[in-house]
Amino acid sequence: MQSRRDNLAAALIILPSIILLGIFVYGFIAQTMRVSMTDWGQEAAMVLEPKVNYIGLANYSDLFTGFLNMRFRQDLTNMLFFTLLFVGLSLLAGLLLAVLIDQLAWGETFFRTVFLYPMSLSFVVTGTIWRWLLQPRGGLNVLPTLVGLPAGKFLWLTSRDQTLAFDWSHIFYYLCLGALILFSISACSHWVRGEAAGLRAKLVICAVLLGILASGVLTSIKLLPFPEQHGFNKALWGIVLAAVWQMSGYTMALYLAGLRTIPDELREAARVDGASKFQVYRYVDLPLLGPITVSAVVILGHIALKIFDLIFAMAGPDHYPTSVPAITMFLKTFRGNELAVGSAIGVILLILVSLLIIPYLITSFKAEEG
Amino acid sequence: MAKSRGAAKVLVQVLAALLAAAYLIPVYMTLVTSLKSPQEINLMTAWQPPSQVNWESYSTAFKQFAPYIKNSLILAVCATAISAAMGSLNGYVLSKYSLPGRNVIMPLIVFGMFIPYQSILVPLFQFMQRTKLYGGLPGLILVHVVYGLPITTLLFRSFYEEIPDELLGAASIDGADFFGVFRYVIMPLSGPPFLVVCIWQFTQIWNEFLFAVTLTRPSAQPITVALANLAGGQAVSWNLPMAGSVLAALPTVLIYVLLGRYFVRGLLAGALKG
Amino acid sequence: MRTSRWLKLVGMCGALLLMFAAVTSAAVQGELEIFSWWAGDEGPALEALIALYEKTYPEVSVINATVTGGAGVHAKAVLKTRMLGGDPPDTFQVHAGQELIGTWVVANRMEDLTWLYEEEGWMEAFPADLLGLLSTEEGIWSVPVNIHRSNVLYYIPDNLAQWGVDVPKTWDEFFEIAPKLEAQGIIPLSVGENWTATHLWECVALSALGPEKYGQLWDGELSWRSPEVIAVWELFGRILEYTNPDAPSLSWQQATDMVVSGQAAFNIMGDWASGYMSTTLKLAPGTGYGWAAAPGTEGVFIMLSDSFGLPVGCRHRDNAIAWLRMLGSLEGQDTFNPLKGSISARIDSDLTKYDVYLQSAANDWRTNRIVGSLAHGVVANERFMNDFATVMDIFLASKNAEAASNAAEAVAIQSGIGR
Repeated sequence: MQSRRDNLAAALIILPSIILLGIFVYGFIAQTMRVSMTDWGQEAAMVLEPKVNYIGLANYSDLFTGFLNMRFRQDLTNMLFFTLLFVGLSLLAGLLLAVLIDQLAWGETFFRTVFLYPMSLSFVVTGTIWRWLLQPRGGLNVLPTLVGLPAGKFLWLTSRDQTLAFDWSHIFYYLCLGALILFSISACSHWVRGEAAGLRAKLVICAVLLGILASGVLTSIKLLPFPEQHGFNKALWGIVLAAVWQMSGYTMALYLAGLRTIPDELREAARVDGASKFQVYRYVDLPLLGPITVSAVVILGHIALKIFDLIFAMAGPDHYPTSVPAITMFLKTFRGNELAVGSAIGVILLILVSLLIIPYLITSFKAEEG
Repeated sequence: MAKSRGAAKVLVQVLAALLAAAYLIPVYMTLVTSLKSPQEINLMTAWQPPSQVNWESYSTAFKQFAPYIKNSLILAVCATAISAAMGSLNGYVLSKYSLPGRNVIMPLIVFGMFIPYQSILVPLFQFMQRTKLYGGLPGLILVHVVYGLPITTLLFRSFYEEIPDELLGAASIDGADFFGVFRYVIMPLSGPPFLVVCIWQFTQIWNEFLFAVTLTRPSAQPITVALANLAGGQAVSWNLPMAGSVLAALPTVLIYVLLGRYFVRGLLAGALKG
Repeated sequence: MRTSRWLKLVGMCGALLLMFAAVTSAAVQGELEIFSWWAGDEGPALEALIALYEKTYPEVSVINATVTGGAGVHAKAVLKTRMLGGDPPDTFQVHAGQELIGTWVVANRMEDLTWLYEEEGWMEAFPADLLGLLSTEEGIWSVPVNIHRSNVLYYIPDNLAQWGVDVPKTWDEFFEIAPKLEAQGIIPLSVGENWTATHLWECVALSALGPEKYGQLWDGELSWRSPEVIAVWELFGRILEYTNPDAPSLSWQQATDMVVSGQAAFNIMGDWASGYMSTTLKLAPGTGYGWAAAPGTEGVFIMLSDSFGLPVGCRHRDNAIAWLRMLGSLEGQDTFNPLKGSISARIDSDLTKYDVYLQSAANDWRTNRIVGSLAHGVVANERFMNDFATVMDIFLASKNAEAASNAAEAVAIQSGIGR
């Protein structure tokens, strides 16, 4: 149907975009990787043509094991906890809102609009407003006093309390533990769906991981010469609250669209079989919402990994308890003149996001072709 | 039975109303604070409405923001239009033409919308400098066009895939070439997709901060940077940052309230197809 | 029909873009771009200077490029991206000392201004100590526009009388007073976000070490791990016990507000806080609010200075030189400083133009021993300062003096302090 001339035209039309993205995405990533392996950031970092030496992966190893980079390691910890809480709570809130709206007798458009409007704001606006709302001696904390209750005392953004502390020296142990948990969940889902082959493979992996954990090899690795505690900073709750407020409307919209695509006959059939309303949700709706949840996890997850503006506007750049790698990258690069280290942090962020995105992209585009 | 179901219905309605009130708390607080005079702003009485409405914060904020709002408008309109136009053509090509390597191209393009921009920031501003595009709006427009291409291409492609191939076939039998098909078959069907894509892009670009702060001279800075300056520089009286937030948020919120349906469609389509 | 409308829209936007590109890339003659982080309360002083400049050089149109926010990080990000790419502003604000030398002079990005100093007779007009901070062996690199003092203790005299306490002259006296204040529900000392903690730290360090050893820290003669420095951290930790727990969420103005509103008794801040209280809050210096040298630092003046330099390859060099000439002049300094709430860097400035506080500061400036500020870029380079913010946070989180000293030592080595 398509002539060669048309194909040529098509190729020419798309060529500029491909070239632009090739340079701006892949070319620049390559360049950042190159910079991250230099020592750009020594004394005269700001010369027009900086003289740099290649130092291999030294910047990376320094970030993970260097004494002074404990801020970066706490950043990673913060990012992990923020991502888990933000994604988890957004999913939960979104699902709740979607189910609620699905059940409404009237006012659906109004409520949907209200729950979704924060999505249209910028993180800078959200951050500015919530900074005011979370002032320790004002805002949400004095809200209870309006009805005669004592004022809240929680230091939303400034608390220095830390829980769930772990020793960074044992990071491999915890990574292995995390992998074990993930694979166990995956094994369970195989079991539920009755996929014997998948289950067997996952169980083998779990057994291997368990063996490694039990052997004590991982705890004997000395990553740092001394124990270094990192954990969950309670100050992150403030950021999580604002971020969930902003993004839960998004998951709501996704789930609502999902609920609407479930054919009523399916629910009717379940009800005829004597299922309660709750059971219909549990056994009919929820499983069908699985793929939507996967999408939402990926989209929200990558937003969480990249989070920058919101924290910058809410807590400022110099606030260790709520800092994340993206902020430290900005400070290292532009305030500390350490452009190579900043680039290394950028690459690490990219790798983390890729771990999430690439499998997702591959499966969704494969599914599309199939 | 019927009675209890009625009660449940009321309960749902009340619960929704309560949640809606909670979601609107920040709006209340923002408006109330922005309308107070600086002397009246006090942490303990933050929740009370202003004793006297003070519009001055808005006129002050607007005076300060006017040039930046203009920058943001030029930036968002131009970048949205160009990236939408290019995305439309790309989507057409990628949905209807079987080019070599087509299966690889699409994931590679879409990957570009997920990358953390920290990982390209340093080479980006070096590139902008070398091409003399650094600092002004044209450069920022270029950047937003390029990093907007993945999402616009993806959205248009998924819209165009729903156009049946027979329609295109019929047109080419009538002698329409590549551009003819685009013009007479695709374009007339592109109204709603354009609206969806433009709303999405406009919102994204209007709200963007990292490129805005690092790639512009002060004279070309968009509104988000001006707001961060206002709120971060002098956090003495909160009325000004709050009024500024309202001004900065107004365009996107208006678009959202008026055209919410299309906004949601953009959201959903942006999540790929799970 | 519909199609052509879309095409038209796209075409129009393209045309608009081209037009815009044409306008922005055509360099207009007679501009001067001044880059600074002065806005808000500090804006009027700069605007007065610009007005003076425009009166003298009516043919030049001044672009006042201010970038504030983000605790100064935004301004640095913008300035550095521009300088790295060879597109410097015509002149930019920079703290005298290592922020200027360690970042810009070592990178050969500034023009030597010795000739300008000689032409204008500034070698005699500015104190030698200050010239030392602006110079290397190769030249003099910027023109100072003001002097700020960092080690000032603020309080409200009426409040102190009411609570029955005196102004502490030493930290030991402070520790005697503090429990009394706490018993009355008063926070003894208010602190704000991270950098104000560093600001407090330098005042504590000066009082514990004395000016001699404080200076040696920056020459590398005194080790950060020495018992003296560990003692500084310990003292600092004790002081922090008497500060507000919500410090990181407050700007320096809000920390000052706590003193003014009677929630806190004292605040240590640079003398821009004096300008804030007298100009913005309309308090009378001396009666409405009082000041003293930070405890244990009487007779020593921790200084910082804002200065402007001439970047290599700026676009309007002659206009920038005229600007610098005006900055250094008596008229320029005495126009700017009374509004800014700082004192003139010149020794011949007309003190009658300044308020009571500034007159006392100017007096101290002429008689006190002078040392440089850490928190404001005088004694240590930017790399040290950036990592010291982390050290400060390590300490705020752990309150471990030894760990903080070790970390600071490592930072000092990495950033080449005292090399």
